[in-house]
Parts: sequence; structure tokens; C-alpha cells
Amino acid sequence: MGEIISLKRESLLKYVLQLADNALILGQRLAELCGHGPILEQDIAITNISLDLIGEARILYQYAAEIEGNGKTEDDYPYKRDVRDWQNILLVELPNGHFGYTIMRQFMFDCYHYYHLKAMTNSGDERLAQIAAKTIKEATYHLKYSSEWVIRLGDGTQESHDKMQEALNDRIRFFDEAFIPSKIENDKSLNGVAVDCTKIKASAWAKFTEVCQTANLEIPEVKFPQKGGKDGVHTEHFGFILAELQFVQKSYPDSNW
Amino acid sequence: MVVDKLHIENVLKSVTDPEIPVLTIQDLGIYQGFETEGEKITVLITPTYTGCPAMDMISVNVKSAMEEAGYNDVEVKLILSPVWTTDMISEDGHRKLKEYGIAPPVEKTSDKSYLSGEEKIVPCPQCESKNTQLVSQFGSTACKALYKCIDCLEPFDYFKCY
Repeated sequence: MGEIISLKRESLLKYVLQLADNALILGQRLAELCGHGPILEQDIAITNISLDLIGEARILYQYAAEIEGNGKTEDDYPYKRDVRDWQNILLVELPNGHFGYTIMRQFMFDCYHYYHLKAMTNSGDERLAQIAAKTIKEATYHLKYSSEWVIRLGDGTQESHDKMQEALNDRIRFFDEAFIPSKIENDKSLNGVAVDCTKIKASAWAKFTEVCQTANLEIPEVKFPQKGGKDGVHTEHFGFILAELQFVQKSYPDSNW
Repeated sequence: MVVDKLHIENVLKSVTDPEIPVLTIQDLGIYQGFETEGEKITVLITPTYTGCPAMDMISVNVKSAMEEAGYNDVEVKLILSPVWTTDMISEDGHRKLKEYGIAPPVEKTSDKSYLSGEEKIVPCPQCESKNTQLVSQFGSTACKALYKCIDCLEPFDYFKCY
């Protein structure tokens, strides 16, 4: 019995880290735009969203540290793990590119994130349900924001339309990874705790399709969805993100304010 | 030091928000009471936005206010339930926000129209004009949106529904 409980704990820990990693890496990517946004208001909006996501990552990492015990803190996970330990989906680690790419990545993530949190408010794990009830309020604003921009740019000038279509064509193959369950998401011990991501796919895709249609964007067919992030197999971009994120910790281990 | 519940309550209620110093943590609705165990006091706070950097500052301010009042064994605990919503801002809080130049939330969160894209009229806190326009859903802090008044031309912050 004891072994079953600890197995469940290990799975829950991995699952919580997967959720946290998505939020943190996208938050980190968006933070790169701090002071570099296309106009002041959008610079502020993007960094606000970044802050929300880093906040979400923090409460998840805090929970992970509690599950693991043994003196771990929320900082151990972002600062002391190497590439293969991270379980975020590939979409969130892709570079910002031009504003069309940033918005398209955000919109895809928001479509997933919003419906994922909505389902997670019913999680059998009380803490996860509370975290979802809290963060869905923020994710709702994110989805509204990115939807509006996809429409404004997609249905804007010829140039803005072409750039959005370019971003959609390049990024669409990264959308479905969110809905393909990892080993951990399929783990029987997390039944009723982990969100069944195959079940939110239809709602997320419906929202995605509706907004793309309003924006006059054509959704290309995807023959080979890109995946691997959930199992720690990342794109070539990921090491560079960690190099920046973990720089201080690597140069001055365990330094403190 | 003897634990005097009424005294503690009054000290805690007077702690202000670092971003919006006219509001106390009670006006804001984030103060959720305290628990005592012997001389140890645990103050319960439900955070506004998850990433709000003011939360750490509030914890520090709560501790120092308590220390000044003579209580040294104080812990601030962030709780996620009840989930904070803008509905928890007191009536007094609404008035103070407006006087400070920030438009208070115009609707209850049970009114879901703020999600569907339907724009509500947010009166200008300076001139009361209803002829105002949303500039950006994201403003100077996580909890605010940016508006401008078409009549008096002043930009202003709006404490958005959450």
C-alpha cells in the first residue's frame, strides 16, 4: 500500500511539473519582449501575460515542492534541472519571431490553456482544482487578447494577413501536442486528477477554427504533428532558453538576495 | 506578549496595499483573518493575481506592522480558497479607488459579459463622463486595464473585473 501511495505521489509530482513548465517557459519567452514590444501598450500587455504565467508556474512549483518534500523549494525546479527533465510542450519554447508569430503561438496556447484549466477546476486533487479556479480568470483575458489580435491582423491589411498566415502555416504542426497524452497524463494513478487532454481537444479546436475563420486565415492540414516536449525531447531552441534562465544560478550556485 | 485578538485585528486591517496605498488589505478583500496557536499568529491572505509582485511586499508589510505592534511570531500564509475576486473589494474600497483616480470595477463577476467581449461603460473617475474608451485590456499592473476619457482627454486606470 505504501508503495502505491508513493508511486502516486511521484506521478502527481511529474504531472504538476509538466503544467508548471508550460507556464514558465511561455512566461520566459514573453518576458524577452519586455521593453521590445511593437508599441508601448502591447509591450505592457505581453509582459502582463508573462507575469500571470510566471505566477501560475510559481504556485505549481510550490505545490511540487510540497509533494516532493525533502527541503525542495519552488526555485529548485526552474533553476536546477537540465533540458531532458523539462516536460513543456514544444509550442511554448518556439522563438518569438515577428509579432504575428508571437500572437499565433499565444493564441494556440490560450486555446489549449483555457479549456485545460476549465477541465482542471473539476480535478479530484483539491489543490489543482483551486489553482485552476484561480488561474482561469487570467487565462480568460489572455484568450480574449490573443483572439482579438489574430482577427485584427488576419483580417487587416494584405501584409498583416500574409504574416499571420505565415505564422499559422509554420506553427500549426505544434498545436496538437497539447492534446496528445503523455505517459504521465495516462497514468492510472492520476485518474480523475489529471485532465484528459483528448477530451478538451474538440472545444479548443472549435474556438481555434472559429477565430481563424473570422480572421480570414486558412488552417493548413497537418500530416505530422510535432511532439516530444512532454517526454523531455525538446527543440534546438530550448537549451538557449535555459542558458539565459539559469545563468545566475550556474554562475553563482545557491546565491541569494 | 499576550495575544489580544481585537488589537491584532485592528493592526492587520490597517495594512495598506503597496501599489494602491489608499486601500487597506481589508478594503481590497484579500485579508482573510488570522489564526493563533499560543503566541504564534498566522495571517491568511488570498492573493489577487497569481503573479502580482505586490503580494510579497504585502507579506513583508503585514509582518512589520505586527512587529511594531509587538507581535514577533507572525507568519503570512497565502491561501487559494476562497479565490479572490473583485467582488470582494468593499464599498469603501470602491469609493477610495475612485477618489484616487482609478475607476472601480463596474460589474460583478457573476455577470459574465466581461468575458464575451461586450464592452461595459466605465465612467471617467475625473469628470464622471461616460464617453470613455478602452485603450488596452492590460495596464500598469496586472489588475488594471487602460482607458481614456474622450471628454476630459485624461487617460485613466480601470480596476478590471476578476
